[in-house]
Amino acid sequence: MRSVVEETAIQEKKTLGFWIYLMTDLILFASLFATFAVLRGQTAGGPGGHDLFDMPFVLLETMILLTSSFTVGLAILGSNRGYKKQTILWLIVTFVLGAAFLALELSEFSYLAAEGNSWQRSAFLSAFFTLVGTHGLHIAIGLLWLIIMVIRLVKFKFRQTDLNRLALFGLFWHFLDVVWIFIFSIVYLIGGMA
Amino acid sequence: MKKPLLETRHDEVRYTSYVVGFILSVIATLIAYFFVVNHLWPKEMLMYVVLGIAVLQLIIQAVFFLHIGRGSRLKLVTFVFAIIIVLIIVVGSIWIMHNLDYNMMQMSPDQMNMYMHQHEGI
Amino acid sequence: MFQNILDFVFGRLKPSDFVHDPIMAGAGFAMVGALVLAVIGLTYFKKWGWLWRNWITTLDPKKIGIMYILVSVVMLLRGLADALLLRAQQASNDAAGTLLSSDHFQQIFSAHGSIMIFFVAMGIIFGIFNLIIPSQIGARDVAFPFLNSVSFWLFASGMILINAPLVVGEFSTAGWLAYPPLSELQYSPGVGVDYWIWSLQIAGIGSLLSGINFFVTIIKMRAPGMTLMKMPIFVWSALTSTGLIMFAFPILTATLGMLALDRLLGMHFFTADGGGNPMMYVNLIWAWGHPEVYILVLPAFGIFSEVVSTFSGKKLFGYTSMVVALLAIAILSFTVWLHHFFTMGAGADVNTFFGIMTMIIAIPTGVKVFNWIFTMYRGRVRFTTPMLWFMGFIVTFTLGGLAGVLMSVPPADFQFHNSLFLVAHFHTMIVGGVLFGAFAGFAYWFPKFTGFTLNERLGRYAFWNWIIGFLLAFIPLYILGFMGATRRLDHYDPSMGWQGLFIVAGIGVAIICVGVFFQLLQLGYSIWKRNDNRVGSDPWNGRSLEWSIASPPPEYNFAVIPTVTTRDEFWELKKKKRASLLKPAYEDIWLPKNSGLGPIIGAFALAFGIAVIWHMWWLVVISLIGVIVTMIIRLTSDNTEYKLTAAEVAKHELKRGIV
Repeated sequence: MRSVVEETAIQEKKTLGFWIYLMTDLILFASLFATFAVLRGQTAGGPGGHDLFDMPFVLLETMILLTSSFTVGLAILGSNRGYKKQTILWLIVTFVLGAAFLALELSEFSYLAAEGNSWQRSAFLSAFFTLVGTHGLHIAIGLLWLIIMVIRLVKFKFRQTDLNRLALFGLFWHFLDVVWIFIFSIVYLIGGMA
Repeated sequence: MKKPLLETRHDEVRYTSYVVGFILSVIATLIAYFFVVNHLWPKEMLMYVVLGIAVLQLIIQAVFFLHIGRGSRLKLVTFVFAIIIVLIIVVGSIWIMHNLDYNMMQMSPDQMNMYMHQHEGI
Repeated sequence: MFQNILDFVFGRLKPSDFVHDPIMAGAGFAMVGALVLAVIGLTYFKKWGWLWRNWITTLDPKKIGIMYILVSVVMLLRGLADALLLRAQQASNDAAGTLLSSDHFQQIFSAHGSIMIFFVAMGIIFGIFNLIIPSQIGARDVAFPFLNSVSFWLFASGMILINAPLVVGEFSTAGWLAYPPLSELQYSPGVGVDYWIWSLQIAGIGSLLSGINFFVTIIKMRAPGMTLMKMPIFVWSALTSTGLIMFAFPILTATLGMLALDRLLGMHFFTADGGGNPMMYVNLIWAWGHPEVYILVLPAFGIFSEVVSTFSGKKLFGYTSMVVALLAIAILSFTVWLHHFFTMGAGADVNTFFGIMTMIIAIPTGVKVFNWIFTMYRGRVRFTTPMLWFMGFIVTFTLGGLAGVLMSVPPADFQFHNSLFLVAHFHTMIVGGVLFGAFAGFAYWFPKFTGFTLNERLGRYAFWNWIIGFLLAFIPLYILGFMGATRRLDHYDPSMGWQGLFIVAGIGVAIICVGVFFQLLQLGYSIWKRNDNRVGSDPWNGRSLEWSIASPPPEYNFAVIPTVTTRDEFWELKKKKRASLLKPAYEDIWLPKNSGLGPIIGAFALAFGIAVIWHMWWLVVISLIGVIVTMIIRLTSDNTEYKLTAAEVAKHELKRGIV
């Protein structure tokens, strides 16, 4: 196998590459944010944010996701220190919180759609569903990644390669919460004002 | 619990890092929420306040969760560049699209449609 | 009942989608015919295994680079054929109305632009990056070899999708950027725009991944001692170009995605109704589009820097200012995009800001041109083919650049926007800049990867035909633009008096074709006569590290990674005549194993594209799952490399020494 020096260099490469991918994802979200900002008033005579958004509900979602960002941090710290049971515990908590977030979001989407306020109703709603939905899609992919990580960590007893991947997952999950800060603030808080 | 592989003060710092980051983020979220739900300021002002708090929370999470600024300088540089491009795209688009109403009698596309329909029969 | 099953399986694909007009049918048959011949040939000569092992599953960037270039060359010929048809239509002014129908004409100019930008220019850029970057920085490979393979196969899938309309369905008639509302369902209900969207979306993801790959490669894998300011200037141009790719392509992904959502799910981002705003599309697509043209041209600048310094026998003049210029151009390229739609209706303040930024960006480019010329001054200039391409570039690019500065003045642009003046401008920049740069790079680095040189005389014939043909083809267009001719005209009022100039332009394109003929002849002839033209590692007396390894290089490039102490390291080493008498200290080398998962992901992506275009929803689900599962398989595999022991490396090197 490779020397420690080489392994470290490879891991640095992968971390930089993944970090840059996250930056490109940021630009993707920026394009969707810009579109939302431009189209937010185009309700085609239909309901706007103020009519549709349930503030306490959104606050709950936000707290759940924020907590999951905290717990994934705890999991990674645990893995750095070799506390295996702690790591798995916090990873599972993260998964549960993330899944709860996604379930809440899906229920919000289906409620809107059932009321006739789907993405086809207006430019505002198209922009809303796409921006929030893209974030939700990233969360879903993250949950899939998380399941695979937990299985592998347990099955292969915390191999270094899996620990390296866990660190990248942590970055991904934190990044998604950072994006959510702006969705919460711009889409729901600002967009939900009368 | 297995004995930790590498116990350094660096690790200790990072534990509190997450706790502090979490608490600050919760506070920021609640403050922004409280301001909006209680209409503490007129809409325009409130928009900037909420944006400001969001940027603050971004910095909090960037420092305490993502550890930007600590360690790899490249992470910081690429992050700053990305933020700059984000600002150019978002602010630039809003400025341009708002300004595009200039030759459309300050109307939105929907309003323009209605105008053309009513006055020009199109 | 049976009909229901057919509808489910085939979506909206019908037998009538295979029927085309004679020209398209002919092209489709030729394409399929060539493929069939290739399959027959491979089967007869029993080369499938060889193809699979040596090319399809390879993770060697040198081979991937060659594949990119092959695809680009084929696409260049397709794009040129499109151009020929357009010129013929315009020169004959739709005589007898039999050449091209309006609909066909519109498909052709849409295909021409899309293919040239996405599959010729981008392909050449990535091809050259793959071939040159690792060896120029003293590395063996790119940062993410598997991702490299995935990027190529996504590119290939996109290429297949953009050519498929020749056989089944139709292509978009909405131009190379597909502005809504024309590109929305209401006005383009067929599959054309969908082909356009997904071909570009899939290839675009490949490009984004490649950009990240080469950026990390340059940052993290330089030979020890090679600081950023000691890198060859081509590597700097690649660094800035890939930086632009990373930050610009996500905008394209988002925008194409939103257009797709409008078409697939009835959303209202850019529709004419429901509150949609087509102008937002124009804004976003150009926020990507402007950086894109700098993505294409910066590497060309880098190639010219290498070519000029090598064939002037002098170090590049003003290295630091060249680097600063590259960085300035890259950053500024994100601040000018509105100049593509000055006429869309913004106020004077917005137009003025972007007009001024556009003028500013011309300055660093000018600095570079002067630096190249100063490099030649008092140098011992050899006018080889690559240098000829450089001289051609200086003439054409300066001409096009002047036209660009003229158009950067918003009031002037109101006259020129969407006229043939604009068309002449951007062709001059891209052909004169990117394409001539590619030709120069191709001639320059060809001996490195094949071990023999290209025939100089044929190269000269090719160049002169190209430059004369190009000027004949496009200077009339500048004039026509002044005279009021707009772009994308399939016929015009004969009383305008334009036909003469269109005919001259047509003759120009014909001469370009003669140039292309000579290029192909040069390639064929040189391959045939290769044994008479064998060269060693350094045929041009080069300055950078790629000239220090064998021609063609071994898979691992460097048997021993060099330590760099200065700019133009190889040149300085030669000057000191340091011949190492010590036996080099070989170490074990790790190389990536071949992988079939790259082409498989490409295949699933292609299936996804076909499925979503033709509304075969079952296939959409299966192909998406296929991509995800394949990715998971690769991302969870730990055994992806093999080791060449030091002894084996020594044996390799010894064998090369004897040969």
